[in-house]
Amino acid sequence: MKDIKNITKNQIFWPITALLLVLLFNLFFTPGFFKVEVKDGHLFGSIIDIINRGSPLMLLSIGMTLVIATGGTDISVGSVIAISAAVAASLVGGEMIFVEGVQEYVTLVPMPIAILATLVVAVLLGLWNGTLIAKLGIQPIIATMILMVAGRGIAQLITAGQIITIYYKPYFFFGGGYLLGLPFAIFIVGIVLLIIMLLIKKTALGLFIQASGCNASASKYTGIYVDRIKLIVYTLSGLCAGIAGVLISSNIKSADANNAGLFIELDAILAVAMGGNSMTGGKFSIPASIVGALVIQSITTTIYSIGVPPEITLVVKAVVVIMICLLQSEEFRKLFANTSWLQRRNTLENKISN
Amino acid sequence: MKTKFQTKFIPIFITFLLLMGLLAFGSLKYTGFFSLQNFFNLLIDNAFLLITAVGMTFVLITGGIDISIGAVIALVCMLSANLLQKGWNAFVVMVLMLVVGAVFGTGMGIFITKFKMQPFIVTLAGMFLARGLCYVVSIDTIIIDNPVYVAISQSRINIGTGFVSWSVVIALIVLAAAFYVLHFSKFGRRIYAIGGNEQSARLMGLPVDQTKILVYTLNGCCSALAGIVFSFYMLSGYGLHTVGLEMDAIAAAVIGGTLLTGGVGYVLGTLLGVLTQGSIQTLIMFEGTLSSWWTKIAVAALLCLFILIQRVFTLVKTKKAKPI
Repeated sequence: MKDIKNITKNQIFWPITALLLVLLFNLFFTPGFFKVEVKDGHLFGSIIDIINRGSPLMLLSIGMTLVIATGGTDISVGSVIAISAAVAASLVGGEMIFVEGVQEYVTLVPMPIAILATLVVAVLLGLWNGTLIAKLGIQPIIATMILMVAGRGIAQLITAGQIITIYYKPYFFFGGGYLLGLPFAIFIVGIVLLIIMLLIKKTALGLFIQASGCNASASKYTGIYVDRIKLIVYTLSGLCAGIAGVLISSNIKSADANNAGLFIELDAILAVAMGGNSMTGGKFSIPASIVGALVIQSITTTIYSIGVPPEITLVVKAVVVIMICLLQSEEFRKLFANTSWLQRRNTLENKISN
Repeated sequence: MKTKFQTKFIPIFITFLLLMGLLAFGSLKYTGFFSLQNFFNLLIDNAFLLITAVGMTFVLITGGIDISIGAVIALVCMLSANLLQKGWNAFVVMVLMLVVGAVFGTGMGIFITKFKMQPFIVTLAGMFLARGLCYVVSIDTIIIDNPVYVAISQSRINIGTGFVSWSVVIALIVLAAAFYVLHFSKFGRRIYAIGGNEQSARLMGLPVDQTKILVYTLNGCCSALAGIVFSFYMLSGYGLHTVGLEMDAIAAAVIGGTLLTGGVGYVLGTLLGVLTQGSIQTLIMFEGTLSSWWTKIAVAALLCLFILIQRVFTLVKTKKAKPI
């Protein structure tokens, strides 16, 4: 009995349950959902599709978990995606030229340099957010909102208001390629996850992040550089968004300053909320957020495959965010605890123990 | 007392100088910039921004934030376009839209105060909910061809050699009402008290929750009214109308001297903030070669600058206070 209680108390239990529920729904209502075939030497099917499409979101949720753990938020990730996609596309860009009747792909700048430059830009954007929040003390929502709105403008200026199409085949590998039969994107997620997990589990960084989120001033008095922690966290979030931008632009083979990563910040925040992380900061679990991201991607794919108008998704997601936050709100719990059997059980238990 | 008066108004004074500088620069550089009508155009083009920025000023003074306003405006445009297309009476639609805005605002206010949820997460969810509802209504643009809306949109009120639109009149009435409420009513004093120190306000026995919910309701109404005015201006509903307007409104309030930490703010300052943004937009328009995206970037830069100025002033103040 105690073991079961321990399992349900684990943070990752509920997101996995949610994921299983969504998958169970698909088992009954979406024919062929679990069919995985081998085509062109790699796996192919809805599940693989979820993993591939969900990769950018998983990356974002890694960064967003850390940011929310410090008690902040980052709503600029969508714009960072747009900017990094624009930078990558305009650097790789390339043209399709015909050499003796055969198509040849050329890149403007060598690809490793282009990607490095993109990631540097993303890190700088993250640093900018971090500086505004940690050094100038601006509320996270306003600081990142500045980049959210102005960022799309910057992306527009980089692409000169056009949608840049990429004509360079090796670049498509990141978002569309396969390694060992699995989408390459998931390997990138795995590598980023591994590095960040090592950082927070094997160094004191994770503890410091959690402490800053629980009580910033107490942490300061114990000697934690809360400012520096926040700076690191927002920079990591920027970097994750940058990598996501590369994946997205590679997947759709173009950079669209208006629509790349539009409304994705809600998905990222929702992934963190679904993972059972406290939205006010403190305790956090990145694997739980990753599962949360998978739940969201599964829901989105399910909505597409069962034929519900995709316009509804935004409404559903907004309602789910509110519901999860309500469940975390102590006042809301009290409202129900007063009338429910829970309290009666609690008082009974108290009586027995006394 | 005299020095206190001066430091309090320095940010607004800077804004005023900036506005005058921008207008003077435009007048010297471009022919046709210095005219009464060009100034009226500032008001005509930004009437909806002024209305929603006034609502935002109230929210910011209580120390809260609302980033759903752009989406609420889009939703109001979309809903009214849809209802008008179905042949509803124009005035019924307008009243209904105000109710929609009020309900939206009240709902968010209750979540924020009664359930102690953070304003940003509630209004963020509200923002996506409103945008999502827009898409549920329609994913395409809906044109408004209702005769009443078209008549209001095309009518002109002549003043001297220039003219203004009805939207400007509505915006100025809202501004005047907000000025009265904020500075001459019990409700206004409560708002300042809550923004100054919510704990003290509660201990003083002020109805904090009730006032805050009312402020969010008021802000919802302002967004809905701004949405109605915007639908006069655009004569269409579209799910991506006014994306990023929340930053413009917050920027207008902050440039006008409202502190993001709450407790300080003036609606007349917000008017200056709106006009400053409008003149930047007009300057970029007159220049002709620049992308309109520069407006957003310039406003963002200005917002950063003014937050920086505020920061410096509060730092100076706390340093002065310490020796005592």
